[in-house]
Amino acid sequence: MSREHSPTTTAAGPVSSSDRPPSRVGLAPAPADRRSLWVMIGLGGALLLAAAAFMTLGAKGSWDFVLPFRGTKLLAMALVGVAVAVSTVLFQTVTDNRILTPSIMGFDALYLLLQTSLVFTIGSARLAAVDAGVMFGVELAVMVTFGVALYRWLLTGARRSVHVLVLAGIVLGVLFRSLSSFMQRLIDPNEFQVLQDAMFASLNSFDRSLVWPAAGLLAVAVGVAWGLRRRLDVLLLGRERATSLGVDHRRTVGLVLVVVAVLVSVSTALVGPIMFFGLLVANLAYRLAGSHRHGVVLPVAALLGVLALVAGQTILERVFAFDTALAVIIEFLGGIVFLVLLVRGEKR
Amino acid sequence: MPRLLVAAGAVGLLAIVSLFVGVGDVTPAGLLRAVLADDDGSHQEVLLVLASRVPRTVAILLAGAGMAIAGQIMQLLSRNRFVEPSTAGTVESAAIGILAVTVLAPGAPVMVKMLVATATALAGTALFLRILRHVPLRSVLVVPLVGLMLGGIINAVSTFFAYRLDLLQSLNTWMTGDFSGVLRGRYELLWLTFALVVVAYLVADRFTVAGMGQDFVTNLGMNYRAVLALGLSIVSMVTAVVVVTVGAIPFLGLVVPNVVALIFGDNLRRTAPWVALGGAGFVLVCDLVGRTVRYPYEVPIGVVVGVVGSAAFLFLLLRRDARVA
Repeated sequence: MSREHSPTTTAAGPVSSSDRPPSRVGLAPAPADRRSLWVMIGLGGALLLAAAAFMTLGAKGSWDFVLPFRGTKLLAMALVGVAVAVSTVLFQTVTDNRILTPSIMGFDALYLLLQTSLVFTIGSARLAAVDAGVMFGVELAVMVTFGVALYRWLLTGARRSVHVLVLAGIVLGVLFRSLSSFMQRLIDPNEFQVLQDAMFASLNSFDRSLVWPAAGLLAVAVGVAWGLRRRLDVLLLGRERATSLGVDHRRTVGLVLVVVAVLVSVSTALVGPIMFFGLLVANLAYRLAGSHRHGVVLPVAALLGVLALVAGQTILERVFAFDTALAVIIEFLGGIVFLVLLVRGEKR
Repeated sequence: MPRLLVAAGAVGLLAIVSLFVGVGDVTPAGLLRAVLADDDGSHQEVLLVLASRVPRTVAILLAGAGMAIAGQIMQLLSRNRFVEPSTAGTVESAAIGILAVTVLAPGAPVMVKMLVATATALAGTALFLRILRHVPLRSVLVVPLVGLMLGGIINAVSTFFAYRLDLLQSLNTWMTGDFSGVLRGRYELLWLTFALVVVAYLVADRFTVAGMGQDFVTNLGMNYRAVLALGLSIVSMVTAVVVVTVGAIPFLGLVVPNVVALIFGDNLRRTAPWVALGGAGFVLVCDLVGRTVRYPYEVPIGVVVGVVGSAAFLFLLLRRDARVA
């Protein structure tokens, strides 16, 4: 398995930033750091502009209605953008390559399958009586348990090539989706109605009551990821070297998978599955960041994710009046990027 | 050969069972009485069997055999065990062709739809092979990955237009196989797959040799490109016909030939009857499951095969991997 990069080839020169002793904190930042800073500032500025455009363009009627209405939507998009971007970067670090993403590996299909199974076994009538937040909590718990067990087995059990993993992941996704639709056919058409919305990625029809619990969860998960960032830098060196540097590989991978499972649940619960979004954002972020440290890559990816969603949605919705087609366009572009990565990766 | 006869008998038996499974009450005894007595009261049963049950069963057998053979041919031509119409962009290309006809010429007869779908399926598969040529040192698994991604991209384009034009539901029916709509007069196009399977059998040796690689084929004095073109045409046409009439049946062309190859090896002349029978039997069993599990409603065959097929694919994938490692 060949990594496409190594931390020692950053613009800063042969010394990777993670090797730097902590005593240098007070010194002038290296050129790479300054570049990363500018990238972040630029992205932040663009994001502010996009957000302002999203909130105000084409607004008709009372601002008292428009601002909170669009504000919730903006917040949901921000949550999804951050969740997808961070989970993808974490997942790619743990799996040590640039084409695997949680959604390509079937993570969000698993979430949908769990959702379907819950409706299937409990019934929508009884589910409707349960508070959406509690429901989300139950789904999350199941998702973390199952997801971490399954992917831990797949990723850290026998050593498998990337191609086996990707293919297995894609087919797992197909299996999960088929199982979900199989169960959906078995349940009552009325109950099916409850589920149907969840199956399609749409940035317009999300459950507004979930936004705040999701925001809280996201904050915790991202906080944990941020705390892990230095350990993740070490993981980039590979399993053996990370272990010899004193990082418990198995434990870290397990912990990261928990965080990823939570993040995927957040984004899937809010808008549904978007297969290639993470791939696009993460690979753009690696290019833009100018550093391989997670302290830089994670914020850049998160900013990019939110920016792509907000700007894309603003342009499509306000300029072209194309409503929910954003997910489809992401799918199209992401598929092409994936093919390019695959073909180029093979050539090396 | 006797083993083949036993297998054929088993599939035949299943086919007879399939005639008597469904919402309308038809029993063998009742049918016999109706045919012998020929009175008006039981005419209903004969009509039901002739107009719905027989066409459905025949359609299942034809589609199953055709898709399995198509998968087998693709695997020989691409020299890769994991390639079949749904992992090479062929199915999605066929669907985009049907979508185009539906949008541009809504009144076009089914034959036109099928021909356009064949053309787009052929183009999509050719594009797939072209992309593969740009992947020099390819590992076995990159091939289906490229195909799946290409299929995803084509599908995104179809979804985009289908969504804009309110045709998402139609697109869904082409992408999910379902035999419940098969009636007399609506499935006859599938007999074309029968003809194509016969053609494939007649030139089976060429495909087997083609599976040994371009250099080998040229050495033997055969025109590799001609064999390739013939094979891809058969595959595209079978796929187009099946997608037009009943919708896509995923992974069928992958699972059946692989299981047959595990037992009988790679000589297409020898394995073709087994692959065809296996495909027909597999689809028949899946359709029977789909018809009975939620009686009196039905689960579409595409969903049942999706579950069984992807599980089998995973098994093949991880098992093979465990052996290599």
